Amino acid sequence: KDQDIYIQTLRKLFNESHGIFIGLQRSDEELAGKSRRAQLVQVSKNYRSVIRACMEDMHQAAISTRDPALQSQYSTQVSILSAMELIWNLCEILFVEAAAAGPLLLRLLDWVRLHICDVDNMVREVLSSENPSKHELFWNVVDVFVLQGRMDEARHLLSKEASANPTSVNMYKILDDLMKKMPMPSLGNTQTLTEMELKWQHWHEECQRYLQDGTFASNSHMESICKILLGDEDAILEKKELMTTWYHFLVTRLLYSCPTVKPMELRFYAQSSMDLFLGGESSPEPLDTILMAAFEFEMHQVIKECSIALSNWWFVAHLTDLLDHCKLLQSHNLYFGSNMREFLLLEYASGLFSHHSLWQLGVDYFDHCPEYGRVYLELHIERIPLNTEQKALKVLRICEQRQMHEQVRSICKIMAMKALRNNRLGSALSWSIRAKDAAFATLISDRFLKDYCERGCFSDLDLIDNLGPSMLLSDRLTFLGKYREFHRLYGEKRFSEAARLLLMLMTAHIAPCSFWMTLLTDALPLLEQKEVVFSAEQTYELMRCLEDLTAQKSNKQKFQDEDVETTKVEMLRLALARNLARVIVKEGTLEGS
Amino acid sequence: AMEEVCAKFVSQKISKTRWRPLPAAALHPPDVFATGSWDNEDNRISIWSVGDLGNAGVNGEYQGEPQLLCDIRHNGDVMDMQFLDQERIVVASSTGTVTVFRHHQNNQTLSANHRWEKAHYHVDQDTSCGGAACTGVVCNNPEIVTVGEDGRINLFRADQKDAVRTIDNADSSTLHAVTFLRTTEILTVNSIGQLKIWDLRQQRNEPSQIFSLTGDRVPLHCVDRHPNQQHIVATGGQDGMLSIWDIRQGTIPVSLLNAHEAEMWEVHFHPSNPDHLFTCSEDGSLWHWDTSTDVSEKPSFLHQGGRSTAYFSHNTINQSVISAWLSNDPTKDRMEITNLIPNQTLSVNSLDILGPCLVYGTDAEAIYVNRQLFA
Repeated sequence: KDQDIYIQTLRKLFNESHGIFIGLQRSDEELAGKSRRAQLVQVSKNYRSVIRACMEDMHQAAISTRDPALQSQYSTQVSILSAMELIWNLCEILFVEAAAAGPLLLRLLDWVRLHICDVDNMVREVLSSENPSKHELFWNVVDVFVLQGRMDEARHLLSKEASANPTSVNMYKILDDLMKKMPMPSLGNTQTLTEMELKWQHWHEECQRYLQDGTFASNSHMESICKILLGDEDAILEKKELMTTWYHFLVTRLLYSCPTVKPMELRFYAQSSMDLFLGGESSPEPLDTILMAAFEFEMHQVIKECSIALSNWWFVAHLTDLLDHCKLLQSHNLYFGSNMREFLLLEYASGLFSHHSLWQLGVDYFDHCPEYGRVYLELHIERIPLNTEQKALKVLRICEQRQMHEQVRSICKIMAMKALRNNRLGSALSWSIRAKDAAFATLISDRFLKDYCERGCFSDLDLIDNLGPSMLLSDRLTFLGKYREFHRLYGEKRFSEAARLLLMLMTAHIAPCSFWMTLLTDALPLLEQKEVVFSAEQTYELMRCLEDLTAQKSNKQKFQDEDVETTKVEMLRLALARNLARVIVKEGTLEGS
Repeated sequence: AMEEVCAKFVSQKISKTRWRPLPAAALHPPDVFATGSWDNEDNRISIWSVGDLGNAGVNGEYQGEPQLLCDIRHNGDVMDMQFLDQERIVVASSTGTVTVFRHHQNNQTLSANHRWEKAHYHVDQDTSCGGAACTGVVCNNPEIVTVGEDGRINLFRADQKDAVRTIDNADSSTLHAVTFLRTTEILTVNSIGQLKIWDLRQQRNEPSQIFSLTGDRVPLHCVDRHPNQQHIVATGGQDGMLSIWDIRQGTIPVSLLNAHEAEMWEVHFHPSNPDHLFTCSEDGSLWHWDTSTDVSEKPSFLHQGGRSTAYFSHNTINQSVISAWLSNDPTKDRMEITNLIPNQTLSVNSLDILGPCLVYGTDAEAIYVNRQLFA
């Protein structure tokens, strides 16, 4: 059962993101500027929240399983999902929201705070201890706060230190003041970038003065913090362990040396940050390469690297689609003509079709691939096994909605054949009607007629008696319906109507030639009635039909049935002649009176 | 309101959702429901609980979210499902088997109590006996009636090994659904657009009455009878049309109402509030049909869902005698039709309503619960 959790979690991811994807495709393209951007950012956030929910499920599975192999598998999945969310979040900031200088830094700070969790335990430990300032990791936690720009929390902790250490009160007050006054970019329009830069310059100089005056000389921790505030790279790098990643280092650097950094300037800082941080000791991992490509605004590179690094198409397909909606991807034509977005969606959707249940999601993805979507859909939908009628109906509906007439006919034919083999003639007819398949309807009617000839009665009267307009689907079917009606009329003793119908069936050539003998034989009891049923006109018609029939038959005689056939024909001739005699008299008499 | 709808993704396509019936004297709304899945290699029957089971769940989940109590493997797609009583649920399978499961509430487990294998089957010309899907099941404890793709009707009793009665080839097409008309009569609908009444007291294997649609013989997929006025029957068709029939008179529907753009999978009169009707469809929508005339009675949960009102004739004078569902003289009163799903995607396969609670399941592998339908 544990094994299932992995697949179950992924299924949630696929289904939830499918809903978001459809919503995005349907969303109002007419919206312009800020409102459209806000809408797209919300979509991005929705995708991320689905990834996080997935992570949470996987995490729960990891801690609750007792199997160590599974636990490691789940933990790996959690890391992968976490990396996915990290990358997506950065793309959201840089590409979807396209944060400008000022807000950009704030977003990056949020990003770092959200994703650097290694220090959370330490922070918790210190904060919850009896006497935080005496804790051996106290200064580490203060440093963490400073490095992440969490000034208020840093100041709060420092105040505990100050109250415990009266000698450093002065130093503390100055540092606290500096931290309080540190100018930060604002999200609203309260200050322009230039204003902020001026304030920052001023503040930076003040920090410089205090440092050079030796104000913090007696406390190495506070001095180090002051250096960090001044953006001293070496001082910041000393706290490598607390930052754990080069991109944390990058954001801290930016915070304390260039808070009004412009998006296009990020690439320089990013490259140097990575070099400084890794220091030639270790080489970049795939995740690092991807993030670097993002900082360099190389979107195509990001997508390419992600495609290589991740084993499924889900991430790149949805991210690329979102970026395409932001109108950020140039029509980067791949060699077979389709663009990147479509290529990735086709790959993803094809993968869905290989799953026994998730194929339904795939349909909607193909729908939104204008070049090849339809072709792919046609090919894939034919391969779906139609285990039950219900499933066939769903597949049919998909085909009908997209005017895939060939597939509709093909599916209906398969289902009709199945029904026919199982002797479900009504079901078979139902499928033929759906496909408007006249040929098949003829086949089914022939089966009914064959049954009738063999057994002398109709099976499935509930069907034949209630054909309604579907009777017109094929001539044979019409004949079947009308023939049954003839029998009904006869049963109700409405002989003249029955006679008229019978004649019409032959003269209007609704009845197949093979059945004429049967029809004529059916006419016998009518001819033998006490009351005259057929008029002279009608009798002549019948005679003509009989002659037509015998003329044909004389061309191809069979030896065995000759006697029976000849007897029948003679009986008919006799009955017709007798009827003619009676009717002439009757009609002559009526005319007379 | 929208916030009252709770969605949960459950990693299986849901084919059926059913509220567990409440004991007769119960005052609280329903809080337990069952679901069945389809199109999985490993289909499941699951029992869920909603509502005030105490505070947040183990993982701090949102309080209203359905919690899985227990589940059990089911062989084949779940085609239909109905509670026999508080503990037992009868499930129809695509393999042709009908199973009675028992929910043990003391240790929250499910077990298969009784099984009728091959309740529905085809006699294939090539192979000896292939399974045919059992498409519909209806219960009136201890009686169970099933219908299937083989056109067969079975009458079982919960404790008996063999069928009490079987009508072979009752229909030449597929029977899609069955419901009780009276305790001894059932209604079936089939894939050539016919509604049939069968009298189980009679020994002959013919329906006592046949109704059919006018025009094209569009297959009918679902049927439900008005809880109080037993001559009023509603059916849903493959073209999404809702038909209302008066089985006392005529052989054709009394009214045809166009709503869905694809197969209507289920139709339900509200059991205690039958001026309200609910339908769900392959087109991803779930419609609430409201013919109640009293304005104050109107549910105020109407929200972003697509909304249309149709002029629908009904007689205001003799409200108690002539139901709002049967059209008579054209009047100014209207029937309100509301789509309860604002962002529809994949098919809503099943719904159930009991009291103020609505539950439905979709092919997008999600179940939705609204416990304040008429708030």
